[in-house]
Amino acid sequence: MSAGKYIREIWKGMTSLLKGMKRTGYYFTHHKEIITQQYPDNRNDLKLPERFKGEVVMPHNEKNEHRCTGCQACELACPNGSIKVIFKNELTPEGKKKKAIDKLVYHLELCTMCNLCVEACPSDAIKMAQTFEHSVFDRNKLTKILNKPESKIMDGVE
Amino acid sequence: MWSFSDIANNIHNWLGNQFNPTWTMIFEMVIAGVCVIGLFAMLGLVLVIMERKVSAWMQIRLGPNRVGPKGMFQSLADTVKLMVKEGMTPWGADKTLFNLAPFIAMIVAMLLLAPLAFASNFQLWDINIGVLYVSAVSSLSVISILMAGWASNNKYSLLGAMRSGAQIVSYELSAGLSILAIIVLTGDLRFSSIIASQADGWWIFKGHIPVLIAFVTFIIAVTAETNRAPFDMAEAESELTAGFHTEYSGMKFALFFLAEYVNVFIVCAIGATLFFGGPMPLHIGSWEGFNHAMDYIPSSVWFFGKTFFLIFLIMWFRWTFPRLRIDQLLRLEWKYLLPISMINLLLITAMAILKWHF
Repeated sequence: MSAGKYIREIWKGMTSLLKGMKRTGYYFTHHKEIITQQYPDNRNDLKLPERFKGEVVMPHNEKNEHRCTGCQACELACPNGSIKVIFKNELTPEGKKKKAIDKLVYHLELCTMCNLCVEACPSDAIKMAQTFEHSVFDRNKLTKILNKPESKIMDGVE
Repeated sequence: MWSFSDIANNIHNWLGNQFNPTWTMIFEMVIAGVCVIGLFAMLGLVLVIMERKVSAWMQIRLGPNRVGPKGMFQSLADTVKLMVKEGMTPWGADKTLFNLAPFIAMIVAMLLLAPLAFASNFQLWDINIGVLYVSAVSSLSVISILMAGWASNNKYSLLGAMRSGAQIVSYELSAGLSILAIIVLTGDLRFSSIIASQADGWWIFKGHIPVLIAFVTFIIAVTAETNRAPFDMAEAESELTAGFHTEYSGMKFALFFLAEYVNVFIVCAIGATLFFGGPMPLHIGSWEGFNHAMDYIPSSVWFFGKTFFLIFLIMWFRWTFPRLRIDQLLRLEWKYLLPISMINLLLITAMAILKWHF
């Protein structure tokens, strides 16, 4: 090893160590950067990250309508069978038969929050909610039906 | 003015009036022992909470914040927990050595406190070979680590102890050489005269760049010698569970833990004494008003301020740098630190002979 390279290496090492110390020194003096949330204390004004995934929900509008066409894309996309779509046949006003969902069964106890169902959905009928306090005493309560009773498909969603 | 040396003199005179010299000596030794143990307990509590808070803030966390105001009594609660825990001795361990090792670690730390000056004219023992004594005794700490590792009857403990032996033996060289740099400038091994030589300015300012280099090598070497990250090969949690103290529990573990922090305090105190003038206040050339204002700050505050600044620096290293591999560790010592500090010592010797320093 030449003398020049030796000195250059020492210089490089020292500057990179100082760069690291500058970063931690910045964090040490800037307490507003702290990301720890004191959860049970700040339960009312909890700020979750935008992409936090708690459970799958199906949004309904004020007329109790959802956007699910029952295409089964979510059921096929789910890697561990958390979603099951149960159909019924509906008659349209013109007298035609039309496929519609009876129940969209969602097993929260199996779900790994991988988001694949939401990505697979062609009509944006389901999305990830940010609720995370899911603990219950009975396992059956984790099997949820996502569409509300008496709900219908929104007009214009095919 | 109120000072530690006055209190010590008053106690000495009062005891001298009451008892004969032998009993005075014995009582003073007992008082000193109690003070040292008290200092150890305080250091353990303060440094543990300091380390946890510093690490938390550097990693954008909050750290302990439940026990007491802002979590300041957390280490007290931990101490109570450790005291009531069972101190296990594993099956197949060498019981004598296993139980002796933590006490050796503590005794070495206690011995090192003797020549330190905590305030001006306030020392337990102003020995004329102070620095030599410190560097000789501090190498004994490796014995307690090797003892603990060997006696535990555990492969991780043994590996940690062996690594620690290699590490401490190598890094003592550059620590010793950087201490020598100051000895060359001072011309005396006695702590009080090293402090007195810095009355007109600390060596880190008076000694130009070579002393700065000596300081950097010193701080790297003592970080390695006290087995702290990034040189914590002896306990490397991710590889060796806890290294040499894997098998220790309860108060015996706490003694090792305490010894680590007390050792950090001691090496930082030595660094503060050698490079930053120990209890000497900051004086700048001919600024009379400024120098006079600085003299009003008590010397103990100066000493502890400098020491805690260096402790903070070592904690800053720990929570910034990743751990080195054993080969990288030894290469850093033998290929970089040792040649640099040797050349540096030569430069400082030339500087001292030619009187280039202020």
